[in-house]
Amino acid sequence: MWNYSYDLFSLFMRAVFVENLALAFFLGMCTFIAVSKNVKTAIGLAIAVVLVQTITVPTNNLLYNYMLKPGALAWLGSNFKDLDLSFLGLIVYIGVVAAMVQIMEMILDKYFPALYNTLGIFLPLITVNCAILGGSLFMVENKYDFPQSVVYGLGAGFGWGLAIMLLAAIREKLRYADIPAGLRGLGITFVICGLMALGFMSFQGI
Amino acid sequence: MAESNVKSILWTPILRRNPIALLVLGICSALAVTTKLDKTLIMCAAVTFTVCMSNMAVSLIRNHIPSSIRIIVQMTIIASIVILVDQFLRAYFYALSKELSVFVGLIITNCIVMGRAEGFAMSNNVRDSFFDGLGNGLGYSLVLICVAIVRESLGSGSLLGFKLPVLGNPDWYTPNGLMFTPPSAFFLIAAFIWAVRTVYKDQQEKE
Repeated sequence: MWNYSYDLFSLFMRAVFVENLALAFFLGMCTFIAVSKNVKTAIGLAIAVVLVQTITVPTNNLLYNYMLKPGALAWLGSNFKDLDLSFLGLIVYIGVVAAMVQIMEMILDKYFPALYNTLGIFLPLITVNCAILGGSLFMVENKYDFPQSVVYGLGAGFGWGLAIMLLAAIREKLRYADIPAGLRGLGITFVICGLMALGFMSFQGI
Repeated sequence: MAESNVKSILWTPILRRNPIALLVLGICSALAVTTKLDKTLIMCAAVTFTVCMSNMAVSLIRNHIPSSIRIIVQMTIIASIVILVDQFLRAYFYALSKELSVFVGLIITNCIVMGRAEGFAMSNNVRDSFFDGLGNGLGYSLVLICVAIVRESLGSGSLLGFKLPVLGNPDWYTPNGLMFTPPSAFFLIAAFIWAVRTVYKDQQEKE
């Protein structure tokens, strides 16, 4: 039991630092670049991503294990035990992401209006954020079980959020820098991401 | 008139309004699949096909989509096309599709596909939408192929599996392992953006 929880902990650390979705797999780059102009909005987006990621990855894990994977429908009866629905995976995951985002928006609007107002515009954006879908796809590919998928979802979301907050903090300082005209804005942001990715690479092997 | 219209729709996104360099769309996959040229070519073909087809499909039914659920309709169309592409790759290019792993699936959330469906195909006819998709797909491919050529040739000294004359010779050049790591992709895209924006000065951002 202790061993297992130790595994989960190391999975979490790996998802946050070594396999950082943004800096090692380049997922969610579009929003990563576009919404990192100041720290406040970046924090809002980071919280939203952590929430959505922690909900969707385990949900998709259950769906995959009990509906989609070859032979998963055996619980319906022996007629279904040879059925392989895994080709429907992509459309199911994206459906789950879209539905979860919508449901979360409603719940937040009803019960946590303050949080809803801060997150407001970011929630719909998250539907098309590849980090969310990517998290689910990596979960399926690495064959995580349910507890692992919860931890992985949390870690992946947290790592992405950490990266965007750091980037936003650096970009705020950058306003005072003198940058060559062609590199201003987008170009220099990429250079910073590159340097941050170099930094995160040093976590490999821990 | 109609002729030149198609031409401009096709060519503008390739350099003047490149989806990656100017609009920052679809970078996720652009960075991840460019370590080797063969992977990149497959990915480019997949994305170009997807964006053409989804643009056409969305444009065909654009007058029947209620605007309140248009996003989910577009998403469903795109997801179905990507599933087709994914199954096709698995059937005919199994090794490569294993290497591309999740990134074929992630074409669904590639903002170029979504962005063109929402921004162009919803308000234009089928033919224009097709060429707009083709142009954007090719503009995306251009950046990816440039990056992939640099990364593979400097990183391993070969291109598509063939040894290059000088770079492939260990006495002349030591392969640069950094090229295979994520940071180099960021630096190369930054350089590409810098080059494009030095030529087209109007794209520079003011602060």
